[in-house]
Parts: sequence; C-alpha cells; structure tokens
Amino acid sequence: MEDQNKTTTEAVCYHCGEDLPKLKYQIDDKDFCCAGCLGVFKILSENNLCNYYVYNNNPGQQLKNDGHLEYLDEPKIITQLLDYRHESSSIITFYIPAIHCSSCIWLLEHLYKINPAIFSSRIDFLKKQVTISFNHEEISLKQLVQTLNQIGYEPLISLQDVVKEHKDSADKTLILKIAIAGFCMGNVMLFSFPEYFGLSGFEEEFQWLFGWLNLAFSIPVAFYCGRDYFTSAITSLKHKHINLDTPLALIIAVLFFRTAFEIIFNHGPGFADTLSGLVFLLLMGKWLKQRTYHHISFDRDYRSYFPIAVTTLQNGKEKPVSINEINIGDRLWIRNGELVPADAILMKGDGNMDMSFVTGESEPINKVLGEIIYAGGRQIGEAIELEVIKPVSQSYLTGLWNNEHYKINNAKQNFNDSVAKYFSLAVFAIAFFATGFWLLQSDSHKAWSAFTAVIIVACPCVLALSTPFTLSAILSVFDKKGFYVKNTDAVEALAKCNTIVFDKTGTLTSSETAAITFSGLLDEEEKIAVCSLIRNSAHPLSRQILKALSVDKFYTVRSFLEIPGKGLSGNINGYTVYVGNLSLLPVDVTSSAENGVHILIDGNYKGCFVINQKWRPDLKTLLDNLKSSFELQVLSGDTNKDESVLKEIFPPKAKIKFQQNPHQKLNAVLELQQQGNVVMMLGDGLNDAGALKQSDFGIAITDNINNFTPGCDAILKGNALNLLPNFIQQSKDGLKIIKISFAIAIVYNCIGIFYAVQGTLYPLVAAVLMPISTITIISFTTLATRWFAHKNKLL
Amino acid sequence: MNILYFLVGCSIVMALIFLAAFIWAYKTGQNDDVHTPAIRMLFDDEVIEEKSEEDHFSA
Repeated sequence: MEDQNKTTTEAVCYHCGEDLPKLKYQIDDKDFCCAGCLGVFKILSENNLCNYYVYNNNPGQQLKNDGHLEYLDEPKIITQLLDYRHESSSIITFYIPAIHCSSCIWLLEHLYKINPAIFSSRIDFLKKQVTISFNHEEISLKQLVQTLNQIGYEPLISLQDVVKEHKDSADKTLILKIAIAGFCMGNVMLFSFPEYFGLSGFEEEFQWLFGWLNLAFSIPVAFYCGRDYFTSAITSLKHKHINLDTPLALIIAVLFFRTAFEIIFNHGPGFADTLSGLVFLLLMGKWLKQRTYHHISFDRDYRSYFPIAVTTLQNGKEKPVSINEINIGDRLWIRNGELVPADAILMKGDGNMDMSFVTGESEPINKVLGEIIYAGGRQIGEAIELEVIKPVSQSYLTGLWNNEHYKINNAKQNFNDSVAKYFSLAVFAIAFFATGFWLLQSDSHKAWSAFTAVIIVACPCVLALSTPFTLSAILSVFDKKGFYVKNTDAVEALAKCNTIVFDKTGTLTSSETAAITFSGLLDEEEKIAVCSLIRNSAHPLSRQILKALSVDKFYTVRSFLEIPGKGLSGNINGYTVYVGNLSLLPVDVTSSAENGVHILIDGNYKGCFVINQKWRPDLKTLLDNLKSSFELQVLSGDTNKDESVLKEIFPPKAKIKFQQNPHQKLNAVLELQQQGNVVMMLGDGLNDAGALKQSDFGIAITDNINNFTPGCDAILKGNALNLLPNFIQQSKDGLKIIKISFAIAIVYNCIGIFYAVQGTLYPLVAAVLMPISTITIISFTTLATRWFAHKNKLL
Repeated sequence: MNILYFLVGCSIVMALIFLAAFIWAYKTGQNDDVHTPAIRMLFDDEVIEEKSEEDHFSA
C-alpha cells in the first residue's frame, strides 16, 4: 500500500503500463517491465512506428508465451480461415481480443510498414476485428500471425470462428425495411398535409393525385415492410394461438384495403399516413428489440475454447490436423499448455492435467499410462502422446451442449403475448358489436366504416412499442454498470427469477486478485536468490511472487532450468535453488500445502508460497440483501475446504454442495426447475456452461470483459456483483412500467373507439391520435425507467 | 398551377434517388462500422522528414 503512494506515473512500463519491478529493462531512457515489452518496442522503433506511443500512454499488452503455429501451414486449414483468395493476394479477418484503444487501431492499420507484403489492414474497433489483405506468395499465413504475435496482438483462432458467426443478414433487411417505411412515411405525410388543414377550392384538384400517390407509397409499406407480421400471424394461427403479431397484421391489412377502397372509389383520403407511421414505428420497436452487443458473444460453447487444429503423430512424424478431422485411433501429441480436444487414452509421457475447464477444480490431476483423459483437460508439463477413443463431437465435454433437457420451456410467454390474446378478442367483440348495431339501423356504409375504424384505432401499437422501449432503456442502464444482458427478452426472464444458484471459484471468489502468502522464513539474501531465479520465467506465478517479494538487486544464475508444469532450478552463488511444486524437489518433503510453490535452497526446505483466492468484497451484504426474497444455493466443483466460510456468509437454509461435476450442476438446476422454481445461475467457467444454459437466466461473471465466457443470458463484471439486487429490482420495475403504459394505451384506445363505433372516425383523428399516444408512451417509458434507475441507485 | 404536377414529380424522383443512395451505401457495408472511422480521422499524417530515404518506400 505504501509503495503505491510513492510511485509516480513514470514508474510504470513504457509499453504496457504495469508497475515496474525493482530491476527494470531500459533503452533510450524508457523503462520496461520485461524483455517482452522491450522486444515489442524495439520492433516498433526499428520500423518507425513509435507514433503508437503518442496517441495513448502505455498502450501495449504484456506478451504471452506464443503457442505452436505449424497448423497454419496446412492448406486445408488455410482455406478454412481465409475470406478471399485470388492469384497472389489473400484477405483474412482475425478476432484480436487485445484491441482496446486508438493506438491499437493506428498500429494495426500500419502493418504494411513492418512487412511490405501486407497490402492493407482495416480495423473494426467495436468488434475487435482486423481485416488484412496480404500477398500470400511473400508472406505465409503463419508468418502473418507471427508478426501479429510479435507486436503483442495475438489473434484468437478457435474452432468456433467468432468472426464468421457474426455475418448474419437478418439485421440488414430490417434496417432496409425501416429505411423504406420511413421514406414512405415522410412522403405520405407531405401529401396528406393539405388534407390536415382542410382543402380549399384549387387544392381539391390535386386531391386525386395525392390520393393515388399515397396509395402507391402504401403498397411497399404494407407488403414489403409489413410482410413479417403477416407471415408470423399466419404461422401462429396455424398453431392455433394468437400472438401480438396477429392483431398487428390484421390492422395493417385493414388499413391498406380501406385506403385502397377509399381512393379507388374516391370516397375519402384514406389512412395511408396512419399505415406508414404505424409500420415505421413497429419496425423501430423491433429494431430496438433485436439490438444487441456486437462486441460480446453470448452464444459461445466449447468450440470457442478449442483450438482449430491439433498436432497428430503419423508414422512418427508430427502433422497438424484440423480438429474436425480427428478420428478414433489417431495419435495426438499434446505439448505443455495445450488442450486435449477429444476423449483419449494416455499412451506415453507424464500426464499432469489441469481440468479446471471441465470440473472447476484448480489443482492439476496426475494421470498414469492407460488412463482416460477427457476432452477439455490442459496438459501442464512435458509433451504427451494420446490415442483418441471418441471423436470431438461425442466427447464427455461436448455432451454438455447436446443435453436433451435444454430449454423445454423454450416457448416462454412474455407479457405481450399473453395480453395480446385478450386484447384481440376484445377488439373483435367491439368491432362486431358496432357493425351489428349499424346494420340493424340498416346503414351499411356506417357499419363498414365503424368496423374498420374500430380495428384501426384499437391498434396494439403501443403494446408492441412499450416493451422494447422500456427494456432497451433498462439494458442501457445496466450496461453502464457493467451488466451486459443479451437481449430485451432476457430482462423479462430476469424479473421472474426466485432462486439464485452460485458457483464458487471465480464467482464468489475473484480470479484476478489472488493473495500470496509465504509459510516459512526467508532472509534477505535468500529472497534475492529466489527472485534472481524466477525473474527468468514468464510463468504467471513467478511474476506474482516476484512482485510480492520485490527485491532491489539480482545475482547471476548459472545452469538455469525450467521444467514446464513443475518449476525452476538454478545455481546462484554456489547454492542450488529449486522453486516449484513438490515433484520437482530432489528430497522428500511433507507439506500441508500440496499445491504451493515450494522453495529449497542448498538442500534445506525453506517453505512455500500459497496462492489464496480472495472472496469478492461485500459478499455478506449482497447475500443479506438477497436472502429475504430468493432461495440461495451454492454448487462448487471444488473440495469442501471453504465450507466453514460459506456457511458463515450464507443464510442457514441455503444448500451448499461441493465436488459437483458439470453434469451434476446441470441436473441440480434442472431439479430446482422441476420443483417449479425459476432459477438464476451465476457461474464463470466452462464447468458451469451446462447449468448456465439450462437455467432460466444464466449470468457469466468475468473480471475482464474480453475474456471468453460460456454461453449465457448476461455477462456481469466481477466488481458489479454487489449491484445484483438492484439489477433484479430494476427489471421488476421495468415490467411494472410496461403494465402502466398498457393502461395509458387503453385510455387512448377508449377515446378512439368512442368515435370509431359511431362510424365517424375521420382519418385526421386517427393520424393525430396514433402519434400522440406513441409519443406519450415512449417518453413515459424512458422517463419512468430513469426514475426507477435513480431509485435503485443505478444512475 | 399545372407546374405543381411537375414539381411533385421532381420531388418524388429526388427522394427516390436519396433512398436508392442509402440502400446502395448500406448494402455495400458503408454503415457497418461507424465507430472506427471517427477515431481514424484523428491520426496525424506521418512526418517523413526524420528518416528521409527509407520512408519513400512506404509512402
């Protein structure tokens, strides 16, 4: 703490902005935290790209160990990745999670300065994508990716290609429809203007022209822009139920045919303005509803975690193969830090699997020869040889996504659809009643106009608009606080939850702020010796310990050795120093902390560093707020070492289960649902993926929004977890707002129907009434949402 | 007042041209990314004087 106050802004790495260690790297009187950052700076300055540092301070990212890229030389994989290839030029789009500031844009768009074989590069900042066109005769795809890696922008190439998933055209046609509807509305309004103010003698000669023009503009509005409403209405009628689109389709049809009838037979001006205005507003509402976060993907599954290729051994030779082409019996060669993509048997080597992806259990598991290793395990240590026993698509992990239970309750009825049914029936009743009345008076003209007028006026337009406007206003309130909800429907689901299930690791604890404690004793000389050794390693644990010890000088290290997955050893001032896990140490040590980083200097055991995960702050307050209105439960994949702590912060009746595998978690959620509960699940890892998907509202918690999160309904930033009760309250208030606006709409409708049943509804009244009611509703929903947000302390 | 027929026709044709222009712009992807160009335009042109010879290649 004291250190932080002393550090000035200059005591950070010039490249990445990390705090500088006591012994720093220097070049051109600029300070760097590690050799990686220094390397990037050198490349950039050699290529005259130092402007990178001009636009932002410390724009860089620390380099990670780059993996093996041999698979990028396989022609099959290359064609899979490329967008376009012709003669000597190729175009490819990469997803680069590290893109975060204007310097990134500048640098990545000047790639041609580093290598002239790159013709051009374009960034889409929000999507974090870069499209690069390059000469594939002079630079291979592998070299291109290496260039990107060298400057710290590692593209993420996974089995589920994030880049290609986003190219859907449904959104595009909607925008086109809105444009056309808006265009027609503007023109129709213009030609209807004389009508609004009353026609004088000489304007009447234009009435015929304006009428026909209006009719012409109504045709694309009704049949192109409004087509979706007709198809949706027809499908829902086929399934014998009424959704909100049914009355809307009816109204569009009635408006159009009455307008056509009036204009063709010169009876009156028609309702072209109401029709085009209605369709335009409805489409706007639809657009708001569809709007989602482009830069966040909510539908990720295991494929986002899997690499696109894996190394196989064929006749003793290494060959990268696309994951989809792996067959039973293939031999896989998995190096340190690589993921096992399919269920396989260990054939050769020392398997030390980090299964945290699958089980949430953080300690690596030792596997012996002949044992089955499930897909999703990450090898830590030496390279191993495996034989595949199941194809990727049928592995244990993949089964989580193909579970048959998913979303039986898929046809969740929202408020709109349930109201729409009664609404339509009421409108029909009134319309037929009015027609019958006028027919009895034998006034068939009035009967017909009353029938159409009632249907026109009783438009559920407001109903169709209030929901998207309210919910999207809530979405934008949420996202300012770090809570990204997938879409507006999900907000309704959030309001209905009554049970909350928590995962432990990464959800109740924070994965980023781990505390390091040392059990044992090190004197100053020994500290320096340890630091001298570990500063040569890029392992995250080494960096954390280096930071924690913070010494100001280093000794030279001789015969340095880093064994992946085990630790480091070296000779310092004549002493042999070992830093690593128990299996590294040459002598047998019994220690309580098996998972720690142990230290042995000159044959003497000195103690070990233990990384403790920190509980998120204010958990107690959060749970106190929640326990009155929700049933709480914890499903942890970890051992029960934290049971006492959890018992203390959770209310006594909360169920706490340990050592839950992903399928057990899923089943626990399913069981709660079968008891009639509406379940909200909070989790973070792939091991929660099944439960997140099964739950009625799945929230993935992350400390870094760019990290991969499993498929879910919403993504919540770790530091916003405490606001969860406020978020839930806000979504409940949102439903309240929708109901109130529905009441307001009913009032307007009653006024309209009062005129309509008398058969005297003049188009002007309809044309004025609809926008006024719409404006009232839109401003009401927006203001009310903001008011409630203030009340819930979200603004 | 027959000139009005001509003017109304003109106004519709012009409006249609604008609509077509929008549809063309939209379909060719000009509205796909509205965020990055706003940042891109703030970058200064490079000062070429510092290292005179090398930079002619990249310009």
